[in-house]
Amino acid sequence: MQLIGKTKIDFIGMRKFSFVISAIIALIGITGVVQVARNAANMGIDFSGGTSVQLKFAKPVHIDQAREALARHNLKDANLQEIKDGNKLLIKIGKTSLAVGKVADTIEEVFKKEFPANAFIMESSTEIGPSVGDKMRKDTLVAVAISMLGIIIYIAWRFDFKFGIGATIATLHDVLAMFAVFFLMNKEINLLFITAVLTIAGYSLTDTVVVFDRIRENMHKNLKEALPTLFNQSINEVLSRTIITSLTTFLAAVSLFIFGGEVIHDFAFALVVGIVVATYSSVFVASPIVMVLEKRAMTNSAVESKA
Amino acid sequence: MSKGNAWRVSLILLFITLSILYLTPTLVAKLPSWWQGVLPKDKIHLGLDLQGGTHLVMEVETQKAVEGALDLIATDLEDVLNSQTIRFKRIARIGADRVQVTLYDRGTADNVQKQIKKKYPELELLPPVDEGGFVNLQLRMDEKVAQDRKDKSVAQALETIRNRIDQFGVSEPVIQREGINHIVVQLPGIKDPKRAIELIGRTARLEFKLVDENINASSATPGSIPEDDELLMEKKVDAQSGAVSEIPLVVKKKSMITGDLLTDAQVRIDSQFNQPYVSIEFNSTGARLFDQVTAANVGKRFAIVLDNNIYSAPVIRERISGGSAQITGSFSEREAADLAIVLRAGSLPAPVNIIQNVTVGPSLGQDSINKGLMAGLIGVALVVIFMSIYYKACGIVANFGMVLNIVFLMGALAALGATLTLPGIAAIVLLIGMSVDANVLIFERIREEMRLGKTPQASLDAGYDKAFLTIIDSHVTTLITAAVLFQFGSGPVKGFAVSLSLGIIINLFTSLLATKVVFDIFLSRVRVKRLSI
Repeated sequence: MQLIGKTKIDFIGMRKFSFVISAIIALIGITGVVQVARNAANMGIDFSGGTSVQLKFAKPVHIDQAREALARHNLKDANLQEIKDGNKLLIKIGKTSLAVGKVADTIEEVFKKEFPANAFIMESSTEIGPSVGDKMRKDTLVAVAISMLGIIIYIAWRFDFKFGIGATIATLHDVLAMFAVFFLMNKEINLLFITAVLTIAGYSLTDTVVVFDRIRENMHKNLKEALPTLFNQSINEVLSRTIITSLTTFLAAVSLFIFGGEVIHDFAFALVVGIVVATYSSVFVASPIVMVLEKRAMTNSAVESKA
Repeated sequence: MSKGNAWRVSLILLFITLSILYLTPTLVAKLPSWWQGVLPKDKIHLGLDLQGGTHLVMEVETQKAVEGALDLIATDLEDVLNSQTIRFKRIARIGADRVQVTLYDRGTADNVQKQIKKKYPELELLPPVDEGGFVNLQLRMDEKVAQDRKDKSVAQALETIRNRIDQFGVSEPVIQREGINHIVVQLPGIKDPKRAIELIGRTARLEFKLVDENINASSATPGSIPEDDELLMEKKVDAQSGAVSEIPLVVKKKSMITGDLLTDAQVRIDSQFNQPYVSIEFNSTGARLFDQVTAANVGKRFAIVLDNNIYSAPVIRERISGGSAQITGSFSEREAADLAIVLRAGSLPAPVNIIQNVTVGPSLGQDSINKGLMAGLIGVALVVIFMSIYYKACGIVANFGMVLNIVFLMGALAALGATLTLPGIAAIVLLIGMSVDANVLIFERIREEMRLGKTPQASLDAGYDKAFLTIIDSHVTTLITAAVLFQFGSGPVKGFAVSLSLGIIINLFTSLLATKVVFDIFLSRVRVKRLSI
């Protein structure tokens, strides 16, 4: 069976359009990253410090009533979220004046007092002191930097300079796109999201390498063809494998997203986004950049040989 | 079967056998009696997010340990000078790193200086300074000694916490030191996390102090009492109404006896009032001290202070020798039991603060396991169906490779005694997709070679050959990030990194070697005109 037969799509010709889209995505992503660095984004408590508890009630609880109940007990800044199946409530509170170990207890007491008829159990509670949050944010930034550096060094060693730049920019693009989506949807930036980002940073290269290998092969075989044609031909030749390799991983990630439960829901979502973006970038970002660089190098050497 | 195929097949069979062997303890609830000796017994551990439990990170206030040591030196010096009837104005700790002895004249200062030098050689003695008619001697604990003291206090706190947890009874706890002054405690499957946290985090410094009867406690403020006194509260719970009241008491700052001198602490029930109390036993030094102090202070009140709260302040009716005493107070049986545990396990050398507390209830853990398994099974089903339809017979070979990959990965996790977390399960699900990726690359190559008119065997070989580098590239980059995640991540993230990196390495084996051998054997036995791809 074959999903995609022989195609003749002018991917390189679309580069002006795709570059603009990617630039916008990257800009939003950079804004997101800046907000994270400033601690102004929707940060998970593992980075910002604070408390989060998950309560499972016997009967449905109205989220506004729950919020009012907490506000009456000096927990105004609580961020509440309903989990659809099973009357669950996720309550998140940033730094408070209460000591670590006290906030979860306080929340428990508030609900016991305000909703005496509705029994509940505390399914999970996480309390993180501000010093831990700061340290984790720093450690994470270092981790992201080191893995990006590791990937760049590997690419630089495996490919020549122009391909290296293309692959690096594509990887950065994918990371930024994930930040952009989470920033726009105001989803929580936590340790699991960063884990997903780093996983995609490693994974995103699969598709890029597939395309690059073919471009390189064709460039050696065929020196006369104009560059855009050659690049287009290469991308079209490997289009089906680019899509199918992504598709199988995508299927696994989607199954996590739909069936994996609330704890890793956002994590799986980040993976799904990352896989889609990584596929897009290998075709629309990495390859056109290499083409532009190759073309420039050729004109330069042509000018030199004339002179 | 050719020689090349034979060793590859035996390698695969060997790994399958090993995986099954290592997985047996995890999969079989009760191991048969003949399962002993070299046979593996380690299970795949479940992370706290899957089995429920509490993960605590505690920070030891190490500076307090240094200050405590200096306070002790000050008290000790006081005793030494008193016993030699040397007059002094004041001995006290000043700031974070020194003790100051204030004397009346130079002559005594020189004498004291000599004694200090002999007694505390590790302390730095600053030259005496004349100030307002007095001579001030300062002893300084230098950075290195203080650092050493801090380091020891963390090690000691770790030991004490381990003791307490052992006595509390938690199966398979993890108690580790992390960084300079952090202690990580993991209590899997704990039923009453709140009680455990209280038990672990308590300093449990037990002191016996004399009550200063000369001062009216009810009108005293911290500023109005003599310098060597302090104002503490006694908590009293009314037996009938349960109302808590706090009664102030002024006690001498100096503790006569401390909890270090205990050998045992047990809960007993008062037969008369049916009230629980804690009976304590002193060691020989403690017994002698207790005997001396009670003999000298009959008729006075003796406050039993725990972490600066007065438990009770009974009147000393007679001299108590024999080295045992009782701590009474208004506490429940459970509180008494916990008090006995902390007294037996000893006090923490410095207070600890809980800076991170992650508690997952058992129901959520089970829910996560179920959903993770569900997602995994559906992921496998989707990929298997897709591959079988899209690549027909070859797809089934790729599916075989994928299943092999998961079996090997589980076997490796069991062999390493690794911990499986929910993100770890997610990594396995993700690997289901990634593991067929490599085969997709190979199959697409094979199709291409076949279109060029090559024979099945030649296309197969070319496919594996040409896809090789691409596969290595994508695996290495994923491995780089997985390694970084492993280094920096904690708990669940580490679980993800372990599953991912092991899976990636195993995948190289299954996709490049295991699936290839299936094709090779098939093509060597059956003559086919074209591959089912």
